[in-house]
Amino acid sequence: MGYRLIINGKSYDADVDGEMPLLWAMRDALGIVGPKYGCGIGYCGACTVHMDGVSVRSCQVPVSAIGPARITTIEGVGAGDVGRRVQAAWSALDVAQCGYCQAGQIMSATALIAANPKPSDADIDAAMAGNLCRCATYVRIRAAIKLASGQPQEA
Amino acid sequence: MSRTRLENPSRRGVIKAGAAAGGLALSFSTLASAHAKGGRDQALSAYVRIAPDGIVTIVAKNPEIGQGVMTSLPMMIAEELDVDWSQVRVEQADNNPAVFGRQVAGGSTSTPLNWEDLRRVGATARAMLLDAASQTWGTPVGECATASGAVSHAASGRKATYGQLCAKAATCVIPDPKSLRLKDPADYRIIGQPIAQADTPKIVTGKPLFGIDVRLPGMLYATYEKAPVFAAKVAAADLAAARSVKGVRKAFIVEPPPPMAGGLGGPLSGLLPGVAVVADSWWSAKKGREQLNIRWAEHPTATQTSADFDVRAAALAASPPERNLRKDGDFTAALKTASAKVEASYAYPFISHATLEPQNCTARFTGGKLEIWAPTQMPEMGRQLVASTLGLKPDDITIHMTRCGGGFGRRLMNDYMVEAAWIARASGAPVKLLWSREDDLRHDFYRPAGYHFLQGGVDPSGRLIAWRDHFVTFGQGEQFASSAQMNPLEFPARFVPNYALDVSLIPLGVPTGPLRAPGSNAIAFVVQSFIDELALAASADPIEFRLKLLGDHGLVGEAPGAYHAGRMRGVLKAAAEMSGWGKTALAHGMGMGVAFHFSHQGYFAEVVLASVSDQGEVKVHKVWVAADVGRQIVNPSGALNQVQGSVIDGISEALGQKITIEAGRVVESNFNDYPLLRMPDAPKVEVKFLKTDFPPTGLGEPALPPVVPALANAIFAACGVRVRSLPIDPAALKPTAKAA
Ligand code: FES
Ligand code: FES
Repeated sequence: MGYRLIINGKSYDADVDGEMPLLWAMRDALGIVGPKYGCGIGYCGACTVHMDGVSVRSCQVPVSAIGPARITTIEGVGAGDVGRRVQAAWSALDVAQCGYCQAGQIMSATALIAANPKPSDADIDAAMAGNLCRCATYVRIRAAIKLASGQPQEA
Repeated sequence: MSRTRLENPSRRGVIKAGAAAGGLALSFSTLASAHAKGGRDQALSAYVRIAPDGIVTIVAKNPEIGQGVMTSLPMMIAEELDVDWSQVRVEQADNNPAVFGRQVAGGSTSTPLNWEDLRRVGATARAMLLDAASQTWGTPVGECATASGAVSHAASGRKATYGQLCAKAATCVIPDPKSLRLKDPADYRIIGQPIAQADTPKIVTGKPLFGIDVRLPGMLYATYEKAPVFAAKVAAADLAAARSVKGVRKAFIVEPPPPMAGGLGGPLSGLLPGVAVVADSWWSAKKGREQLNIRWAEHPTATQTSADFDVRAAALAASPPERNLRKDGDFTAALKTASAKVEASYAYPFISHATLEPQNCTARFTGGKLEIWAPTQMPEMGRQLVASTLGLKPDDITIHMTRCGGGFGRRLMNDYMVEAAWIARASGAPVKLLWSREDDLRHDFYRPAGYHFLQGGVDPSGRLIAWRDHFVTFGQGEQFASSAQMNPLEFPARFVPNYALDVSLIPLGVPTGPLRAPGSNAIAFVVQSFIDELALAASADPIEFRLKLLGDHGLVGEAPGAYHAGRMRGVLKAAAEMSGWGKTALAHGMGMGVAFHFSHQGYFAEVVLASVSDQGEVKVHKVWVAADVGRQIVNPSGALNQVQGSVIDGISEALGQKITIEAGRVVESNFNDYPLLRMPDAPKVEVKFLKTDFPPTGLGEPALPPVVPALANAIFAACGVRVRSLPIDPAALKPTAKAA
């Protein structure tokens, strides 16, 4: 019984109801706690993961809808070149305050740069608008995306 | 986060040292009698451990809520210890006031209250390592020097690392605190350097750090549903239906004992009635909860609404005030002589903390003892609350402080901690309680709403001579609701010769409490907006008018309420210069506004550049901040982040945040109807720290208050509409609305 999930290149058997959102299957059943709960309605982005490289809100994806898709979380995103660069930029610029939103921010930023290697300010606004930062570290998030994508940062 | 008190007590140092796993373990406690209440001494201390391999472990004593003290406090120790930051490992302390003294994240106090002591911890350890080297080599201490975690003796060319010396150092005599010499700031190599947060590598790789990430063997997950009308009791609940849901282990009603007296949040704090559902995942607990079908008992505050509060406030304003809080000169007589007069009423709403990590706590009750993992800003208060509510001895409760996914004052309350403790004890298993976002938004201790009915007058020379504020806020009798009071020293008191602050109270059945820069976050909006109105009435430039109001005073009043007008003039002039105030030609629909505010011992002046579209939409383009928090910024990276975050937080409050009460309950439920500012609306924020010769003070809060009125004043400059009520309503800024 249950669902076979491929998360960060590893295969897991999740013995959960199909309607359980991926976020809770990961956090409570599988012990993958990097993706965070912030709202449960798709409005904060703290739970962001990649499904076959595309950003999704894991609180909105029932386990039954995943099928063979490969899931990447903050724990595994550093295995890719873009993810590694994004994490390095986040560290170099000391982006976080409390840090709670940052897993989701890094996942969204990685998906952005993977699809659009030199995002403009408008691209950044569009791609990151779904990720709330209650501590309002937006100035540094923008700067870190510029750094990770090899573009000059404004002060 | 009550008003910061900055005593500078003379402290007698008591230092304990001992061997720890072959290294040096140093505990430094100081007895701060002047800081203690009722003559009881209060201990403050911190720990350093040096291992033979040279790794230095520094314990961070205070809760980390994103304000950066888990890094900046250890930096103070590391500096005087004279090690490289790369040798340092930071470890979060548990709650242990007997060893660490005050462990609180609140009031922007971590820097000012620890600046002296923690540097002395480092200097003490360094002195003992020097002593160890000098004894080993038979060379005078005065000929030995330290650098980068090693002692050297130039004449003989000898050198030993702290790792090599630590075992010997542990046996050395602890130096007399009076003999310690602290570094000349010119020699600082860590303090004053931008250093990334100690937890950064874990944050960017998603390691478990937060309260919500705690996992224990055999742990169950809990939800707790409380009445939408605060503190109403459970009349009935379908517990059997909840228990029939797959994965649910327990469902039960909680009938709490009477609340602990004197809690920070008043009678609505602590453990409130509700229904707990415990399951093998949080999702299952939530599914079970959905079956509860709870009927709540009648409750007297179920008739309260925000609209009624507004009506009530206007009625109170039309009547004589209940009380006077401050009176200087003769306001009424002075107003008669004024050549320009302004009258205006201001209002601001309840708002929520909305930490991104919802309230949660994990508890394990075994053998009569309780172990708690909690994101909390005030762990010791939580321990006392849990002890009194559950009837346990405080000594039988251990609290581990996790990293907090935001604080902002919310986690000064430990209501979620006592809930988790109660549920864990009743469940017979370790339990992680997690609130839903809806629980979190609807069971906060809100920033109280408030109303100010103001009159002011300016004399023909452009001097502000009369000011009266009838402040309508919440409370009962003489007692203000938590965080609803106003300090009678609040600016412009002491700067206007004829000044009156009156107050009237509305009873309230909604929990309130401190939110980032409590009091200030609302009062700055009122005061600095009304000053702008008066400047306009006097046909004066807003900055010139403010400079005149500050006069040529230096320090006004006495500690702890002293106000340094010179420091405020300094930041005001700096903000004017940075922003090109009065020298920049602005396009149609754009405007600049200025404001300043003093709180948490910090002086801040800010200029906002904003535009208002024909649809009334506000866009903030840039904010310039001039700050004076003393002579030393401990960690410039964290400091800049705090200021930029506070400023954007303030803009977020002004543009979108409002909690509405209807039928005694909160209307808003989640981020769909309680919008926080997002990336596309985040402006650039340029910050300048003026270094003045005063002790360093904290940065978690004081940058927030002035941005709200600076934005309101910029909107007036842009479109001619005065914002007198928050949040800013775009409909009121449309040209059609102006004509009406
Ligand atoms: S928790 Fe999924 S978007 Fe907020
Ligand atoms: S860093 Fe705290 S929510 Fe983003």
